[in-house]
Amino acid sequence: MASSNLATFAGAIAQGDIAVVDLTHTLTPEFPTIVMPPELGQCAPFRMEEVSRYDERGGAWYWNNISMGEHTGTHFDAPVHWISGKDLPHNSVDTIPPGDFIAPAVVIDISKQSAKNSDYELTVADIEAWEKQHGRIPSRNWVLLRTDWSKRSGREYVNMQEDGQHTPGPCPKAVRFLVEERDVHGLGTETIGTDAGQAFHFNPPYPAHYYMHGKGRYGLQCLTNLDLLPPTGAVILAAPLKIRRGSGSPLRVLALVPRSAA
Amino acid sequence: MTEPLVRPKRKNPLKKTRVPLLPQGVRSRTALGLTEAAAEGRFRLQVCADCAAVIYPPRDACPRCLSARLPFRDVDNRGTLLAETTIRTSTDVYFRERMPWRIGTVQLDAGPSIVAHLHGDLREGERTRLALKLDKSGQAIAMALPAEDTPNMADDPQWRELTCDPKFRRVLITDGRTAVGQALAEACSKAGASVVFVGIADPWKPFPGEEKLRKLERVEIVALDLTDTISVNECAGEYAPRVDILINTAEYVRTGGIIERKGLTVAREELEVRYFGLTRLAQSFGPVLRARGADGVNSAAAFVNLLSVYALANWPAYGAFSATEAACLSAAQSLRAELRPGGVKVLNVFFGPLETEWYQAVPPPKVAPSALANATVRALQQGLEDVFVGDIAEDIRARLAVSPKALERELGS
Amino acid sequence: MSTRQPYDGIVIAAPVTIPYRRYSTNTAHWWVGRAVREVLQRAGLKSADIDGLSLSSFTVGPDTAVGLTQHLGLSPRWLDHVPLGGASGVVALRRAARAVQCGDAEFVVCVAGDTNQVDSFRRMLSTFSRFAQDAVYPYGSGGPNSGFALITRNYMKHYGATREDFGKICVAQRDNALKFPYALMKKPLTLDEYLGARAISDPIHLFDCVMPCAGAEAFLVCREDVAKGQGMPAARLLATIERHNAFPDDPIQYRGGWVMDVPELYAMAGVTADDVDFVQTYDDYPVICMMQMEDLGFCAKGEGPDFVRSHTLTADGSFPHNVSGGQLSVGQAGAAGGFLGLVEAVRQVTGESLGAAVPDAKIGLVSGFGMITYDRGLASGAALLAGGNA
Repeated sequence: MASSNLATFAGAIAQGDIAVVDLTHTLTPEFPTIVMPPELGQCAPFRMEEVSRYDERGGAWYWNNISMGEHTGTHFDAPVHWISGKDLPHNSVDTIPPGDFIAPAVVIDISKQSAKNSDYELTVADIEAWEKQHGRIPSRNWVLLRTDWSKRSGREYVNMQEDGQHTPGPCPKAVRFLVEERDVHGLGTETIGTDAGQAFHFNPPYPAHYYMHGKGRYGLQCLTNLDLLPPTGAVILAAPLKIRRGSGSPLRVLALVPRSAA
Repeated sequence: MTEPLVRPKRKNPLKKTRVPLLPQGVRSRTALGLTEAAAEGRFRLQVCADCAAVIYPPRDACPRCLSARLPFRDVDNRGTLLAETTIRTSTDVYFRERMPWRIGTVQLDAGPSIVAHLHGDLREGERTRLALKLDKSGQAIAMALPAEDTPNMADDPQWRELTCDPKFRRVLITDGRTAVGQALAEACSKAGASVVFVGIADPWKPFPGEEKLRKLERVEIVALDLTDTISVNECAGEYAPRVDILINTAEYVRTGGIIERKGLTVAREELEVRYFGLTRLAQSFGPVLRARGADGVNSAAAFVNLLSVYALANWPAYGAFSATEAACLSAAQSLRAELRPGGVKVLNVFFGPLETEWYQAVPPPKVAPSALANATVRALQQGLEDVFVGDIAEDIRARLAVSPKALERELGS
Repeated sequence: MSTRQPYDGIVIAAPVTIPYRRYSTNTAHWWVGRAVREVLQRAGLKSADIDGLSLSSFTVGPDTAVGLTQHLGLSPRWLDHVPLGGASGVVALRRAARAVQCGDAEFVVCVAGDTNQVDSFRRMLSTFSRFAQDAVYPYGSGGPNSGFALITRNYMKHYGATREDFGKICVAQRDNALKFPYALMKKPLTLDEYLGARAISDPIHLFDCVMPCAGAEAFLVCREDVAKGQGMPAARLLATIERHNAFPDDPIQYRGGWVMDVPELYAMAGVTADDVDFVQTYDDYPVICMMQMEDLGFCAKGEGPDFVRSHTLTADGSFPHNVSGGQLSVGQAGAAGGFLGLVEAVRQVTGESLGAAVPDAKIGLVSGFGMITYDRGLASGAALLAGGNA
């Protein structure tokens, strides 16, 4: 590819011909994390401790120490995160080929169904219906599941009941279809987890994690602004922190959207 | 008879908040035996081990037989008020702004005469009970009470100066998710607190007892996550000037010793919730509490730590937990010294295993959350500094006093 | 009969009062120095002649008597420090008398002086004693006022003393003080004014309390023949007593240590209470004066109130008492308060009175009382002095 293409690309961004959409939630201490039974290990929430703020702890500068889990806030799941992907090559955030951090995306909208049913499961039929309208999902595309869940907050967002979380996600067959029949790059969701809230009871449990990571594919969770993306044509920049043997990381997820498509 | 306390008016914003002053807190080392007794609400004086003379003021030689063996022992606290005076002029700035102030000479049935503060319902010539209390300086003083309880006696101004009564005070319970936190909210509300703020972290996470808690009279739920510095700072920013008693109910109970625990995730969380949580509370609420120690009827009064009794001696079955509790105890000791200039007490409530899910496998006796809550409120009403709740807590304390080494071995076997 | 050696040939001379001031920016050393200098001047002695020094002071710290020798340029061979407050005068005198009598020293200057800086009284109260620190000062910090209020209250209840009785003592002392040039209180005091004064610590009211001030008192103890050689008027020492921590089992103080020793006081002097021409009691509070009238044998225990009612207490009265006005009207210059009555008694029996003179004063009784470290005064003492012809 000629270098002039990149210059054209940069110009298009500068002129707004390509919109940059931020799919990331702000990292705050209040943002919910995945909840495990209390006797198990927990994902650390985001925390920030002021080191100094132009004060006696450091006269002319302001900075913080931050801490969090690898799966806190808007974050990336690497294949090594799941037991099914534990022995794959290049399965951790530091060894994934950097080219994989840029990939096109399709957006499947199940927001209406999810509004009616918090436990809505994306089915193969839903995917086929989408393809009838927008064409077959090309290989190595992110599939972003729009549920509008990111428009919720607090209790409604987590939707924790006595029998666990109730949030939409894909059914096992749909995941297998996406991985095996469509060779997708990964699955991105607005909820905490690429899987449905009740996916512990699926067979296998947590199919999105199991099949995606088992095939060396990726996950993006706690995304927002999916409603600003076209069904096809967006390109996702999602590069996790380079953590040695890291299973994932909070990151900034950006979508590039051609103006004509928006 | 004591006039019942009237609910304090809202503060006049044009009025300067009184700077907390303290009565003289210097004591001889021997006299600190009284402080120790007062901290736990006991009435103890030196009793000569050789001639059984009851001795006051504290001495290092028995005035009857010159023995040096003068341990502090529980003593009959009854006596007669021989003479009283109402002090109207004092050289001391603390007492100057609290004049008039009554004191008297009490002859104890046990022997010595004791100069004591007087409860308003006690008159010259009457029979009395003496109590050792901690004054605002944190040191022991004797107070003479009526022989029998009188109506509203807790509202006596000289008595209230020595206690941390929740009545008409504003309480913050830092974690309302726990059974103890909820029981304390109820107990404080019943004890007449004007408002009970109850902290809830992760409001998106439902919790048992929530509905009942929200319905309690004068209870207000506030956002407070002790593991989050920003949350604690924000909560303090909003509520600290209105908190007179802070009760830290944060708990983190997990089994296992130091080796057994794999990694530091749990240990860190434990420290985040307990030690760092306490630190965050101290840093954000402490300065305001300390500044408001003399702010009228509802002055800032107490910072309460609920501590496992295993803070005093490690129980390896809950080894890492015990270590964290010990860290909290040590921090509480520092906090005590740091809050003292404000006349704010640090109350440590030591408890044994609780009747909660985290002590499921521990055999009885265990402490019901309501029992712990009631004991805490009672300790505030009495102005105590150290309280042991439940048979296990008492047992550990007694064994520790006899032999720390023996206790260590027994807990570890 | 006393088995004690008499103080034969021992006299007290050169009574010195450095006029008191309510507050002073000077130190105790300054006050003590002035008093010693005046003793030397009156006695016609030089510093090098002084071979004995007895010091009483609350505010000379961190120095003690030995530090003062260097400060004042004295080289005594006999040195004493008497930290006994209101009993300092009598105790300093009896020790100095024995030293001179035995030849350990020839000229002993007994001096008491304290300064009163704006905050020094408060600071002294909080650190007065370990018992005060542990068991009194934290109780309202009323100082001696509240401690003596309890003693007064108990005494009134048991013996029927009234405020009027105490008032009579205070008013008479004020009358005496009006003639004494150094008294800080210069206005007459009526009984109505006494009764109407503000309460300090019930039943103690304003005029029951001494006024802390700065000042110094001193006298010289030497042999009678030496005093004569110097041409100094001098008082003879007939007898003394001293007692500490008497009656520790009394639940509240209603008598002092004098009770234990007063028969010996008179026996040693060979006189009776009837022979005494005037009495200088230690008057930190009028109730203590009344106790001393009882305990020094002028009336029985409990008869103090009646005794006061049946006597006139001015210098020219039927029972001349605190004839220069006492501390209640002159002021309490710390430890010098323990010297005030004694120094004035020397003046009276030697005919050198500066104010009201007791007619034909031959024998004076001086009493000391001090150190309420917890709930009662611990130190008590008394001395009988006689003029040249007694």
